[in-house]
Amino acid sequence: MRNVRLIARLDIKAPNLIKGVRLEGLRKIGDPGEHARRYYAEGADELLYMDIVASLYQRNSLGDLLRQVAQSVFIPMTVGGGIRSVADVEDMLRCGADKVAINTAATRNPQLISEVAKRFGSQCMVLSIEAKRRPSGGWEAYTDNGREHTGLDAVEWARRGADLGAGEILVTSVDQEGTRKGFDVALCRAVASAVRIPVIASGGLGGPAHLVEAVTDGLADAVAVADALHYKRHSLADLRAAARASGIAMRNAA
Amino acid sequence: MTTDVVVADYGIGNLLSVRRALEHCGATVEMSDDPQRVMDADRLVVPGVGAFGDCVGELEARGLMAPILEFARRERPFLGICVGMQMMLEVSEEFGLHRGLGLIPGRVSAIPAEDADGKPHKVPFIGWASLDATPASDWSDSILGTTPPGSAVYFVHSYGAYPDDPSALLATYDYDGARIPAAIRSGSLFGCQFHPEKSGDVGLRILSRFLAL
Repeated sequence: MRNVRLIARLDIKAPNLIKGVRLEGLRKIGDPGEHARRYYAEGADELLYMDIVASLYQRNSLGDLLRQVAQSVFIPMTVGGGIRSVADVEDMLRCGADKVAINTAATRNPQLISEVAKRFGSQCMVLSIEAKRRPSGGWEAYTDNGREHTGLDAVEWARRGADLGAGEILVTSVDQEGTRKGFDVALCRAVASAVRIPVIASGGLGGPAHLVEAVTDGLADAVAVADALHYKRHSLADLRAAARASGIAMRNAA
Repeated sequence: MTTDVVVADYGIGNLLSVRRALEHCGATVEMSDDPQRVMDADRLVVPGVGAFGDCVGELEARGLMAPILEFARRERPFLGICVGMQMMLEVSEEFGLHRGLGLIPGRVSAIPAEDADGKPHKVPFIGWASLDATPASDWSDSILGTTPPGSAVYFVHSYGAYPDDPSALLATYDYDGARIPAAIRSGSLFGCQFHPEKSGDVGLRILSRFLAL
């Protein structure tokens, strides 16, 4: 059976690890490097860093953090926020990232997905989608922390991104993010059913039951956890044990 | 005491994490695309990412195929990682037929696109899977000598390196009922499909063991 990945997500407004609700109302949590090392030691399967003000300033400021963390963290690391070109991707990889998550720049220039995949391999190219429910049904893709419309249907955009060469889809529910009320399971399922590449569910995990839902009903291949870890409401070990008890395969973390 | 390792730096992908992980394990690492340095290394690591044909093309463009074969002939410890492992075999079917190093007889083929029930599953395989011993394998004097069976390591791949001789298969993992090659071996030559540099403590232990061979 396929192991579901538990990904610790760190949203960063340099120099702080922060956490918001629905990607807004940001609160400082602490030092991102310390948290990254702690989640590594506690058995995270991957780390995901998002520079949440990068699109605003048009540059990603996480290079130094990556360089520092990469000295002692030996699991896959993905970085997102403000990555606009193949050169930006190269910079991030040089700093120690294994993959990049691209949202805004991909919506403006979808060919960037193909360019990154061609240059560095699909495994490097994570398409990040911030999705908000439409009153009329379905979901729209947003940028800039759920503030800017793209007019793109989130599920259709995921399918197109996969066709263009994305290796994974990170789907963050703006409606659920930071609420601790569970993932948007229907959104996750719709995206996972539309593509043949792995889907990472993000936004809303309040407890182990939400993880189980995202995997069994939402068909997620991986689950991003932020709030629950940052506020120490749940440990990675708790979540792993609870998932296993529900019949979900998880890595046998040494 | 430090151990010297040459990592073949042939313009493919990001080798920094391989370097950092080896250094973390106490090695002195030299990144090189110099044929003489590669041939004369005490230990050689050949990473690889992306398409098989591109990787072989880059090795050829730098004149590194013959030096790697010569290195292998001297029976020093060799580790191919991911596409670096796949290149150890004779031929790959990825995007047409491409010739590899031919260190181990066998073929690189797509991993099954369906599970045991014939339902499509995700390819590439991205994630952690447990290493299982094969009937013919003896891990004791290998890179897995200090790794308990069942330990999980990190994979990202769409193609697998299938050796002709089952005794060359050191470890496999289970993907929805299919046995996927995880590590191969011929004498002092080792290949791992997974990324030891991204597999946490288990991966570091495997690299440390390689450095002690």
